[in-house]
Amino acid sequence: MSKRTDSNLYTVLFAVGMVLVVGALLAFLASFLAPNIDENKRIEKQQNILYAMGVNENDESSAIFVSTAVAEQEFQKYIKKQLVIEGGKVTEDEKAYLIDVKKEKSKAKNGGVRRLPLFVGEKDGKTFYVAPIRGKGLWDAIWGYVAMDENMVVQGAYFDHKGETPGLGANIKQRFFMDDFTGEHLLDDTGNFKGIRVAKGNNDPKNEEKTDYEVDAIAGATITGDGVSAMIKSDLKLYVPYFKTLKTN
Amino acid sequence: MGLLSKKDAKLITDPFADNNPITIQVLGICSALAITAELKASIVMSISVLFVLGLGNVVISLMRNIIPSKIRIIVQLIVVATLVIIVDLVLKAFAYELSKTLSVFVGLIITNCIIMGRFEAFALGNGPWRSFLDGVGNALGYAAILIIVGFFRELLGSGTLLGFKVLGDPIEKTGVYAIGYENNGFMLLSPMALIVVGIIIWVQRSRNKALIEEH
Repeated sequence: MSKRTDSNLYTVLFAVGMVLVVGALLAFLASFLAPNIDENKRIEKQQNILYAMGVNENDESSAIFVSTAVAEQEFQKYIKKQLVIEGGKVTEDEKAYLIDVKKEKSKAKNGGVRRLPLFVGEKDGKTFYVAPIRGKGLWDAIWGYVAMDENMVVQGAYFDHKGETPGLGANIKQRFFMDDFTGEHLLDDTGNFKGIRVAKGNNDPKNEEKTDYEVDAIAGATITGDGVSAMIKSDLKLYVPYFKTLKTN
Repeated sequence: MGLLSKKDAKLITDPFADNNPITIQVLGICSALAITAELKASIVMSISVLFVLGLGNVVISLMRNIIPSKIRIIVQLIVVATLVIIVDLVLKAFAYELSKTLSVFVGLIITNCIIMGRFEAFALGNGPWRSFLDGVGNALGYAAILIIVGFFRELLGSGTLLGFKVLGDPIEKTGVYAIGYENNGFMLLSPMALIVVGIIIWVQRSRNKALIEEH
């Protein structure tokens, strides 16, 4: 190192200069790419919702979305209604799928009324009700979409995560885990909300029992699994009153 | 390697064996524990580190004469963080699916001690081309260990490789499971990665006595 680079003045100037250069570079890049990134996220939401109700390109073992090119079109085709449930009021909103569940959750925490989006889809003559859920895993946020029929029996589920451990918690977005939820009941015979627990040692690894309110957990991913149970319980429960109104009509 | 002089070639080959970043320098252990439960994650992490270390070494090497020595570690950290964030942003905009797979690794790459270690030990004192070779060499050495560990942990822990059920189906009891074999769930937990790395170190040192320190 030369003498020049050891002086305090040089060090401070270098630090300031570097922060400015790097900050400007990243800020420029981020705002330049923002439209693309937002569009990708929007399409992804549509793909997620479609995935949950069974509109996907799944092969034997892996989960594959409908392609980004046709997502918008398929979304318009399969999703018949986008509802927003606010208190006891149900309104239609074409942009309901863009509702930020995270923001709504914190709004509810601060005493506000949460806007609950619900997507009504139709495929092969069957009606699906798809609801978003969001919660905490081991390291960061986890979220998903659950498709149900009018009795709140799960018809399909999609989970995703921000930073769960690859090979362990990250496996909640694998088919072997998500597919287990299909057919599980959320309500008991009397209509009480039970939720679905991600359970260790539930003696049903093949998941043949659909009314035990349990699916088999992933080894080594206890906290992520508990997070999945918790978000199903806390978020889907909020939709119970709406499903009750479906019954009475 | 006709392109490289003998000295340069050694920069690539050394980290593979006698100067491996994980087994000899004991750098990058944290990520080797964290993400080797699956072979696929090991491979993705290896490629990411290859990219960041190769490029980062070049950038640091180009800056080596103007970096104030008092804050060099912070400067290195900023360079690697900037590189990783740029890559992450570009992938998010143009290859969204890929970026989702990689997002988990971003934090792990920034804090990977191999990267800081090579910046500090090599790139600060050498030219860009040699630094690039050193980065690539160390990343490959890191990759070799990660892939070995990932291979054994996924095979013995889950009975699969890259997601394929190579040992049969543990629930339907086909393949080796038919004769009573069981997956060892313990292999999926981080401590087993350390034990596998330990076994690799043991094998390596018993093959090459020069590596054994005398006390």
